[in-house]
Amino acid sequence: MSPVAPHEVEDIEIQLLLEALFQRYHYDFRHYARASIKRRLLQARTHFGLPSLTALQERVLHDPEMLPQLLGFLTVQVSEMFRDPAYFRALREQVLPHLRTYPSLKVWIAGCSAGEEVYSLAILFREEGLFDRTMFYATDINPDALRAAEAGVYSLDRIRKFTENHQKSGGRTSLSDYYTADYGRAVFDKSLRTNVVFSDHSLVSDAVFGEMQLISCRNVMIYFDRPLQDRAVGLFKDSLARNGFLGIGSKESLRFSRHAGAFADFVPEEKIYRRREP
Amino acid sequence: MNPVPARAIVIGASAGGVQALLTILPALPADLPLPIMVVLHVPADRSNVLAPLFASKCALIVKEAEDKEPTRPGVVYFAPSDYHLLVEADGALALSSDEPVNYSRPSIDVLFESAADAYGAGLIGLVLTGANADGAAGLKAVADAGGLALVEDPTSAYARPMPEAALRACPAAQVMSLPRIEEFLKGLGQA
Repeated sequence: MSPVAPHEVEDIEIQLLLEALFQRYHYDFRHYARASIKRRLLQARTHFGLPSLTALQERVLHDPEMLPQLLGFLTVQVSEMFRDPAYFRALREQVLPHLRTYPSLKVWIAGCSAGEEVYSLAILFREEGLFDRTMFYATDINPDALRAAEAGVYSLDRIRKFTENHQKSGGRTSLSDYYTADYGRAVFDKSLRTNVVFSDHSLVSDAVFGEMQLISCRNVMIYFDRPLQDRAVGLFKDSLARNGFLGIGSKESLRFSRHAGAFADFVPEEKIYRRREP
Repeated sequence: MNPVPARAIVIGASAGGVQALLTILPALPADLPLPIMVVLHVPADRSNVLAPLFASKCALIVKEAEDKEPTRPGVVYFAPSDYHLLVEADGALALSSDEPVNYSRPSIDVLFESAADAYGAGLIGLVLTGANADGAAGLKAVADAGGLALVEDPTSAYARPMPEAALRACPAAQVMSLPRIEEFLKGLGQA
């Protein structure tokens, strides 16, 4: 037998744990980029005080109540409202003038996590007078994240950053118009989600559900391996209306994707693409 | 020295790091036979000026790391601001926007630990000047995987805490002054 380094044993454990999660609960992380998923699993192992990833697998297989907590480690992203303000400025100044020509609009926020981007876009569309004709679809695979997104409650100590971002994005109103402060929390106005559907949807396994004019999916696909990225981008391609827009994270790219040819650069520095004529 | 030929270098630096890297990187030849991945802490909104700054001064190719990018010898990859930089098992680079580690994003530990998994004994890890403790756990991971751990001499470093923390976590690391580090890295091309 050749000697095996400890991290190689861990690699086997990761593979088995991801397989177990898929077979037992149909959550499929098998095609997530391995280096990040490993960090997250090791954090979970430490959090639960377990000696190994095999022990973590044993626990989650037999105890369904562990699942939501483990999903928290594997999926939850801490974002900001109007994160990368230049992206939202580009939407405001370059994309929305095109969307204005449509009588009704559908916008998909894929991988919405705790909803920061959902409220950012709702506020942006309201400021630009497009909110009332727009239906927003906010999707995620984590039920706890969807509940948080639907609640729209954020810690007040994050609001200063949100406000600064909103102003840099070219905001025409004050962010404080949209929330009430309450015991250290900012509770966002429920009228912002009158046109929002929060829904469980997986880019790994689910299908097209509507024809969108704009899809925003930022810092979600960096966690996917190449084949899974191809699947997700293919899904966006098939979900976009003719000339629809796709925005991704500032350090993501469609360049390496199998579907790159289906998209044209629209605002390259903000990674906003436009669906080519099929 | 290192019985396994080095296949990659990872460097972590914080306060004073720009100057330290300006001493080391421009001295390296364009045909350095391995890639260099760098995490340098800078304010998140001072975004992404590092690669252009160093590219203008280095014989090596210098660029900002991209997600899923395969690495090439003779290229220096800087972690983009506000993203962690990781190395996958096949040597390709990966980015993440996971929460900060050691209050830092990018974090030196995140780069070093993933690179240690990917390259094992074929990795050289180098912790330079800095005023925090990021990189200490990472350097230990490099050494534990059989790689070569190097630390800038704290007595001559611009800021001592980071190299000192790295030495506490990884006492076996070799301590070198900046000129000595420069000589050592240059020698990698002449094996």
